[in-house]
Amino acid sequence: MLSISNLHASIGEKEILRGLNLEINAGEVHAIMGPNGAGKSTLASVLAGREDYDVTSGSVVFDGKDLLDMAPEERAAEGIFLAFQYPIEIPGVSTTNFLKTALNEIRKYRGQDSLDAVQFLKLMKEKMKLVNIDQSLLSRSLNEGFSGGEKKRNEIFQMAMLEPKLAILDETDSGLDIDALRIVADGVNKLRSPERATIVVTHYQRLLDYIVPDYVHVLYKGRIVKSGPKELALELEEKGYDWIKAEAEAI
Amino acid sequence: MTPSYASYNDFKEQLLASFRDNEERMNGERKSPLHQLRRSALKQFEQLGFPTIRHEEWKYSNVNSLIKENFALDTASSLTAEDLVPLEIPNLEGNILYFVNGIYHPELSRIVSPSEQVQITSFADSIKADTEFMGAHFARYADYQDSAFTALNTAMASDGVVVRVPANTTVDQPIILRFITDARISNITSQPRNLVVIGKNAEVMMAESYRTLGENSSFVNVVTEIVLDRDARMQYYKVLNETAKAYHIGTTQVHQADNSHFYSASITLNGQFVRNNLNIVLNGQHAEAFMYGLYMPNGRQHVDNHTLVDHAMPNSYSNELYKGILDDNSTGVFNGKIFVRPDAQKTNAYQSCKNVVMSPGASMNTKPQLEIYADDVKCSHGTTTGQLNDEALFYMRSRGIPKDEARTLLLYAFSQDVLSQIKIKPIREYLEGVVREKLTK
Repeated sequence: MLSISNLHASIGEKEILRGLNLEINAGEVHAIMGPNGAGKSTLASVLAGREDYDVTSGSVVFDGKDLLDMAPEERAAEGIFLAFQYPIEIPGVSTTNFLKTALNEIRKYRGQDSLDAVQFLKLMKEKMKLVNIDQSLLSRSLNEGFSGGEKKRNEIFQMAMLEPKLAILDETDSGLDIDALRIVADGVNKLRSPERATIVVTHYQRLLDYIVPDYVHVLYKGRIVKSGPKELALELEEKGYDWIKAEAEAI
Repeated sequence: MTPSYASYNDFKEQLLASFRDNEERMNGERKSPLHQLRRSALKQFEQLGFPTIRHEEWKYSNVNSLIKENFALDTASSLTAEDLVPLEIPNLEGNILYFVNGIYHPELSRIVSPSEQVQITSFADSIKADTEFMGAHFARYADYQDSAFTALNTAMASDGVVVRVPANTTVDQPIILRFITDARISNITSQPRNLVVIGKNAEVMMAESYRTLGENSSFVNVVTEIVLDRDARMQYYKVLNETAKAYHIGTTQVHQADNSHFYSASITLNGQFVRNNLNIVLNGQHAEAFMYGLYMPNGRQHVDNHTLVDHAMPNSYSNELYKGILDDNSTGVFNGKIFVRPDAQKTNAYQSCKNVVMSPGASMNTKPQLEIYADDVKCSHGTTTGQLNDEALFYMRSRGIPKDEARTLLLYAFSQDVLSQIKIKPIREYLEGVVREKLTK
């Protein structure tokens, strides 16, 4: 589904991704771990199309198409979703209105008819249950004055509504208490399917207790230096990142 | 017919000559106190002259191009009801008064409120027939000593509206004043003058809108005086969706007694050169004033909003929010003055001005001015001028919303803080439509 090869990306003069390779198939959950500054969030941003980054070489192919050639909105319409580490506050635009616009723009891109108000509300009700989100939150300005937990839950709700093929969760666990974490993870798990893939970017193993990955990758200095099964996350939790750093530097 | 004086090279001389000419045709009324007042206003205008950018209040608004245009002082127009159809605001009901080139046209207007609720008369009739009332109110609030344009209007105004709301009355239909400049044949100027006197515990909604018809330039110099007696309430909206060749200078002067509430929204969507002055004197305890503003110049348009709140008595409250979206090579000015007098303890005054500049060629000048002479007050002010939030745009795009649509959605939401304050639904919907259209262009 997603094929990243030799990806180099920089912000300004600073190169952050330095030859990253990754293959993801439908149905899989991949965890990307690594110390601070390794490039985890950069990878998430580059995949979603954030314009602050310059991709200097390499390629990203998503479902046979060149992802790097697409605007962020086209990537979304093709089925990429980024759950933000710090969701942005959008004053004056309610979650409902925002999602209705987004969903219908995506449908337009795919040549589908717009959902009318009734269909949209029905879909919304269905997905609200999935992430245990309250109607009153959805009528308010998007993310404005939301608590950390509400913002993250809202991200997962948006994901549920847009039903992406590839979801990228960028540090979704940061700032969440254990109850909120469980609700968020629960929502993600309910959305798992053989047609969809998930990338979980996280610093800690904690989230992976709830969203169990098929593969764990360690990102360090802009490259994946180690990959392994889910047990690798436990090892990292126990031993920290220093041994990985030492291994990587030795090469 | 009034001679047009278009042959005068100097606009000021042209205006002075017109005044003298009118005066010569007067009989007994020349000696009346009202006419003496107009004479003194004219003298003041003559002395002050048009302001230059050296004048502190006009630093960023240059009227040079305005006074160099040749305007006819002609009030005649062949406008018919049919010509007005395209200008109608859908679903708008209430007292709708049309003024063409500053002159009231009863045949185009309709007054639906019963006279027990509100007396709506033309300024021209009132100044002839009701000299006592006009003597007590006309030019008693809007100061013409320091303002050339108010002085000019005070001297020259021939028509407009006079609204009187008796005590303990709610006017259930809004009063809509539509000032149409018929510039289909030549450049036209007019000097409308309005007076609104609201009795104790009475309530009214009023809107002023300005439109020019035709390709030529227009210049409207309007003064509206509003007096709220104690416990009175007013919703007041000023709407400018003008042509690209329209000049507008307007002063709304508000005088509030104890526990009166004044809510205003000043919306400027289009116009070549617009200056809105909103001056409020809170001359009563627990008087409250709410001021909202929205301006969206593009092209080479210029919009200047000057507000002044004078807290003259203790325990009064004012709250102000002006928002601007500036595109292309447009310029905007916001000057907000809050004046708290020594006696006005326990004043609460809040002011905020937020602007989004969409293009490198556009610019905004903001100047909050607080002059506080009392010690137990709460005042705050803040201005921001910036670009559209890139993070917000990216966030929206990452959900599948195309860039232009995301931009429109964000700016529309930005404008809603002001537009949602307008309680006359057809006007709000009309404005929302114009804003949306302007944003998607």
